[in-house]
Amino acid sequence: MTGSNTEMTGAEMVIQALRDNGVIDIFGYPGGAVLPIYDELYQQEDIVHILCRHEQGAGHAAEGYARSTNKVGVALVTSGPGATNVVTALQDALMDSIPLVCITGQVPTSLIGSDAFQECDTVGITRPCTKHNWLVRDVNDLARVMHEAFRIAQTGRPGPVVVDIPKDVQFATGIYQPPSPVTEQKSYQPKLQGDLEAVRSAVALMAGAKKPIIYSGGGVVNAGPEASHLLRELVQLTNFPITSTLMGLGAYPASGDNWLGMLGMHGTYEANMTMHDCDVMVCIGARFDDRITGRLDAFSPNSKKIHIDIDPSSINKNVHVDIPIIGDAGHILEDMVRLWRASSAKVEADAIGQWWKTINSWRARNSLAYTPHKDIIMPQYAMERLYALTKDRDTYITTEVGQHQMWAAQFYGFEQPNRWMTSGGLGTMGYGLPAALGVQIAHPDSLVIDVAGDASVQMTMQEMSTAVQYAAPIKIFILNNQHMGMVRQWQQLLHGNRLSHSYTEAMPDFVKLAEAYGGVGIRASKPAELDDAIMEMITVDKPVLFDCRVADLANCFPMIPSGKAHNEMLLPDEATDEVVANAIDQKGKALV
Amino acid sequence: MNAQHQPTGSAYFIAKETQLPESRTLSVLVDNEPGVLARVIGLFSGRGYNIESLTVSETEHESHLSRITIVTSGTANVLEQIKHQLERIIPVHRVVDLSVRAQEKGHEKPLERELALLKVMGTGDDRVEALRLADAFRAQVIDANTEHFIFEITGRVSKIEQFIAIMRPLGLVEVCRTGVAALNRGPDGMSV
Repeated sequence: MTGSNTEMTGAEMVIQALRDNGVIDIFGYPGGAVLPIYDELYQQEDIVHILCRHEQGAGHAAEGYARSTNKVGVALVTSGPGATNVVTALQDALMDSIPLVCITGQVPTSLIGSDAFQECDTVGITRPCTKHNWLVRDVNDLARVMHEAFRIAQTGRPGPVVVDIPKDVQFATGIYQPPSPVTEQKSYQPKLQGDLEAVRSAVALMAGAKKPIIYSGGGVVNAGPEASHLLRELVQLTNFPITSTLMGLGAYPASGDNWLGMLGMHGTYEANMTMHDCDVMVCIGARFDDRITGRLDAFSPNSKKIHIDIDPSSINKNVHVDIPIIGDAGHILEDMVRLWRASSAKVEADAIGQWWKTINSWRARNSLAYTPHKDIIMPQYAMERLYALTKDRDTYITTEVGQHQMWAAQFYGFEQPNRWMTSGGLGTMGYGLPAALGVQIAHPDSLVIDVAGDASVQMTMQEMSTAVQYAAPIKIFILNNQHMGMVRQWQQLLHGNRLSHSYTEAMPDFVKLAEAYGGVGIRASKPAELDDAIMEMITVDKPVLFDCRVADLANCFPMIPSGKAHNEMLLPDEATDEVVANAIDQKGKALV
Repeated sequence: MNAQHQPTGSAYFIAKETQLPESRTLSVLVDNEPGVLARVIGLFSGRGYNIESLTVSETEHESHLSRITIVTSGTANVLEQIKHQLERIIPVHRVVDLSVRAQEKGHEKPLERELALLKVMGTGDDRVEALRLADAFRAQVIDANTEHFIFEITGRVSKIEQFIAIMRPLGLVEVCRTGVAALNRGPDGMSV
């Protein structure tokens, strides 16, 4: 069946619109208000539906799928609790700019507003956590709303959208229109091309820089593989040092000569010092988040700032910039590289050489150092070994949220974009396991590892069952320290080491749990057995829960304590108990 | 430590706000579709912006466009954010800062008018005085019996507020205000 103007039911239209927008896999959970769509799914073979165990899992799986493919992720859930359960994933996708189309069932139009069974005001609830949403009351609007949903989700700054479809509209018959090049929402026309004059001024400013830095973010990853390629070219042309946000890892390779590591609260000393002391900052597709800037009034005080972003509201939001350029990172990088070459702009080699000398002295500080232990697995060591044993494979990494996430970002080197899926903006514990599932569905033959914490992983553990059902051999590598490590770290920093409810007294046996789900459980508690255990995990062709028992009380350093500036980092070798207890002053304690 | 002594605003904005808040009148052209007003209001409440007045009605029937007039206040940074955040809303076509536009054209302010209905109850001298003052303010009597008047008054916000203040001791029962409608002077429309 082609997408010509034909008569069909609303439920058929949903499936046809998915086909016409290139969708192959969707993640969902059935329920009363979406049964007509599920009935259509049953009667066709083009669209593969992955049955998750919770709507939040379906949402995160769709996010992982989207992030690892640069395609739109699709989730299908029912009304009421189905819709409310997916809210966390929607907000997560909004904050990390992940393109998501979420289709929700709704009670029949005649019952809307009557407190009907499994009714909730889905468009009302999801309005602030989506880029846009629709309640479709007329079947003849459905096709164009579906196409518009895909357009809005993936263009401009990508984000989640919700299409809420009452059950009677799914049953009703109307005319299906195929996607049309004429855009529906005239008011939404995102700007891709940057202002050439602004790019020209940026290039001139960069050419005169003595202490430059490139600070790139998730926007480069979102702009597609070509943007990452251009970023690498720009770094090569200029010899500028480059750092990246958590969301941007992989756009520039970790093995690259100019790589400083991640910046921000748990970034490297060299990245943060370089940011603080630079004279020209080139921010590409990042948004000066508070995890990045630290104390704002002391943020990179002596630099001229160039900010490339597709979202005009990101400009001057937290940090005043000198040259804003609005547009797609890929398009602007292309202009920038072209103009740099054409103008035969040359950096001041002496000055840049001197700058690199300074940076290398910061590098020599070795801010990621930790004290290894003969009998206990240090979490940093576990990450180093995981990286060493998987880096030459076709590997994708997801994470939950907490200390393990930061250790993964610090110790796992990403060479390519779209290989790193993590919840940056919202900080959603429970993101990583379902996201890994989504990645594995998109890349069935790749090695997909969720670097997890023992607390986070229990938030969406039920998706192990989904992984087993679809023979998705995701590897859940749990850095098990029996604590909510990051919560505990903050309690040590802020609350006199009173560890209020950050210790899990009843931990499940993760090995038995894996077996109960039909997966494989592996445990390692000694450094000497770690490599073999990791190799076993890689070899097993089933979902794995890897219980990696790590040092209970290790903390994540270096760290910019809240309320402090980039040049006031707490370094691992200086972080004694006393320093930790007094690192944050009264004002800083109020901050998150 | 008492929460009241904590710095306000977003995390990391420790620096004291040195800019003074200014009042602005924004004109927002939107598709007249369900939920669009909720999107605009939700943006203001969700991000902690002020709404001093908000008026909305469909203004172009054929193209289903509504015009929302918002009087807001904030520092220059916040006002810039408000404009950009409004522009992110999908059915928003245009956001014009009428106050800035007026100043660019050499006017002090845009033309701003508000309509108010006031119910005033009283007898004797108060009643006579109310009617005399209404006349001075060019308010119309649109309903009356021997014990009350309902006045209709149109004008700048300051005039309305002054009229309400004057009527209060003369037996003001209730007030209903429309909020501000605003246009800029001169022949140019908001799309120019």
